[in-house]
Amino acid sequence: MVKTVTRLLLIAATLFSIGVSAAPQRTSAVVAGSKAAKLDACVEPTSLMRRRHFELIKHQRDITVHQGIRKTKYSLSGCVDCHVAKDSHGKYIPVNGVNPETGEKQFCAGCHEYAGVELPCFSCHSTVPTGK
Amino acid sequence: MKKIHYREWGIESPRYWGLLAVLAAILAVSGLAALYMEHEGHWVTGMNNQIVWGIPHVFAIFLIVSASGALNVAALGSVFGKHIYKSLGRLSGLLAMALLVGGLLVLVLDLGQPTRLIVAMTKYNFKSIFAWNIYLYVGFLAIVAVYLYTMMERKAQGFYKPMGLLAFVWRLILTTGTGSIFGFIVARQGYDVAIMAPMFIIMSFAYGLAIYILVLMYTFKADGRELGDKLLFRLKNLLGIFVAAVFYFVLAYHLTKLYGTKNHEFEAFILRDGGIYTTLFWVGWVLLGLLVPMGIVFHPALGKSRGGIIAASLLVILGGLVSMYVIVIGGQAFPLPMFPDKVIIEAGFFDGVNGAPLHYAPSLPEFLLGIGGIAVALTATFIAVRMLKFLPASLADDVVDPHHG
Amino acid sequence: MSDKIDQNRRNFVSTAGKAAAATVVAPGVLLHTLASAEPRAEAVTSKVRYGLLIDTTKCADGCSDCVSGCEKENGLDLIKKPEGADDYEWERQRPRWIRTVKVKDRLTGHVSQLPMMCQHCEYPPCQDVCPTGASFRRADGIVMVDRHLCIGCRYCMMACPYKARSFIHEEIEQKPTIAPRGKGCVESCNLCVHRRDNGGTTTACQDACKHGAILFGDLNDPNSEIAQAMREHNNTQLRADLKLNTGVRYRGI
Repeated sequence: MVKTVTRLLLIAATLFSIGVSAAPQRTSAVVAGSKAAKLDACVEPTSLMRRRHFELIKHQRDITVHQGIRKTKYSLSGCVDCHVAKDSHGKYIPVNGVNPETGEKQFCAGCHEYAGVELPCFSCHSTVPTGK
Repeated sequence: MKKIHYREWGIESPRYWGLLAVLAAILAVSGLAALYMEHEGHWVTGMNNQIVWGIPHVFAIFLIVSASGALNVAALGSVFGKHIYKSLGRLSGLLAMALLVGGLLVLVLDLGQPTRLIVAMTKYNFKSIFAWNIYLYVGFLAIVAVYLYTMMERKAQGFYKPMGLLAFVWRLILTTGTGSIFGFIVARQGYDVAIMAPMFIIMSFAYGLAIYILVLMYTFKADGRELGDKLLFRLKNLLGIFVAAVFYFVLAYHLTKLYGTKNHEFEAFILRDGGIYTTLFWVGWVLLGLLVPMGIVFHPALGKSRGGIIAASLLVILGGLVSMYVIVIGGQAFPLPMFPDKVIIEAGFFDGVNGAPLHYAPSLPEFLLGIGGIAVALTATFIAVRMLKFLPASLADDVVDPHHG
Repeated sequence: MSDKIDQNRRNFVSTAGKAAAATVVAPGVLLHTLASAEPRAEAVTSKVRYGLLIDTTKCADGCSDCVSGCEKENGLDLIKKPEGADDYEWERQRPRWIRTVKVKDRLTGHVSQLPMMCQHCEYPPCQDVCPTGASFRRADGIVMVDRHLCIGCRYCMMACPYKARSFIHEEIEQKPTIAPRGKGCVESCNLCVHRRDNGGTTTACQDACKHGAILFGDLNDPNSEIAQAMREHNNTQLRADLKLNTGVRYRGI
């Protein structure tokens, strides 16, 4: 039930944000300057990622923690690595934060804040690549 | 026995709302304390990586244990067929539910991740007594609710006795589960003993009844209902017997521990060298919580005075909280026997160097949270007796037992 | 002699570690690169059982390199004391995965120092008591916490005979990618599980120990250094009376 509502909200938010984006120069949810911006698609087609990214991450999370499998394409650190952008000083901006220079909401924050969906991943996980 | 009539609690509105306002203020402060601890993290409490369960657990376990004990009064009427207690059943069931909710709330609000309660309700490890307790607590609330319904609804009267039996058996299992939280801990010397479960059951009898007596006396006095000596003296005698039984179990527990040489150091800690824990054990628990109340209720004059009965009940409750402190915190303060034949002379993480007890200094927010649990139980009780017919209109001697002059 | 090979390898590791430290990279990371192993693609199995052999006769008095090595690797050194926290209390509240303990025999007076960490029991009490199943034992013998399931009840900390677990008492600002961490969950030594899944062959504590007192390996592989060393020298389990069959064994106590 909660999941369905969350999903509906997310779809609505995504559709909405395509039309009325907060940052005017932005044509997609992907943040300019991130690795993701240079790619045609994420690890799955964009439509699928929009609808089901949390399921993919959650599934990966369980097999990583319990079975030690890390060689898959749905890892959260992979998301962060690819979607993180840097500020003009070359410093990483947290994926759940805001670019302090432009005010642009970063990849995860953009949708989640708009849709009002909790983003608990980053209460424990790193929001920028840390190199280890 | 005359037919017993029940009536909503009739104290004057200003007094009732005043009472609720006071309780609401306590709840607000307690809620803020919980939010503060939740927001900052547990570093603002006295709990640490050495003493992991603190004051919230003392209150929570006390309330949960008392909850099952408060139900005994109803069981006396239904399961044991003592008609004189039958009229007390409704309040008994109500208090049982209210106290359990209060205790659980404290326990949940102290979790590191209270918002993940849903995880606790959906993911179970059936080897964990904690997981079993989640079922036992929820089941208790449901069973007592139905039991209350059979007491209050004429149409459901046929189920009164079987429900009473089910509720009684369930409460015994529930307290066994609570006691086993400690009984199953092999790592710590203060626990790891099967007697924890029956000891918790007998403690619940005493603590639950003490709370019951006080609530009964207060609610009756407040709206001028008559509570005859006959019933009250029976209850206070019962309290005396339960307290004596707790005393016996405390004795049995420590004698068992003393018999095994390996536990001598633990016993020396609690009984002789443990500082605050030793003082609390002897003065708070044994003297004030057990011996003095026993002396009062069986005293020919004091035991027959209302003031004496109130004092005895209050002391049993105070002793109950102290007993939980000694068990929960004292049991953790004694260093783990990680190297049974050796003394730890240096340690990087406070492992009890030269047998030194581990440090715990309770903080104010922890107390406020615990007191909030009591306030929740009382608020729920006072609202319920005001709205529904929980309290007998009179428990005067000729009403409860007209045949015995 | 396994000891000799052991020492050579340790020397190499130590040098590599120093070089790595100079370039401000954790020693473990360098090792991964050397091993150039792929991340694990298949589920771990019980064919291996990871463990540690700790030689207390080599553990040097007053040394705590294993502790700092572990804390650096697992991001524990990044945890800051909350503003306004009392030093005395905070020392008891901050998390630790490994610590040194010095013990003296009551009868003989023999003194030994040793590092203590999660003992990676075959029958972990923490797993038994955990209500949600967050405490679990991976098929390869690593006892760890699934912090997605941990509700922070601390019952595992009550049950652990080794006081090996820590609760996170505060908001965490810096979280390394390999060691996620957050307020309100319990954690403990996981035998550097990120290294296990990325082809690493050592633990951070082993790499940090100049004295060669810590040896990590697969207890089930009869040819592994650790299995050979354990066969050759008598070793003990802490609280062997509890019959937990620990994966961490000690020599010389």
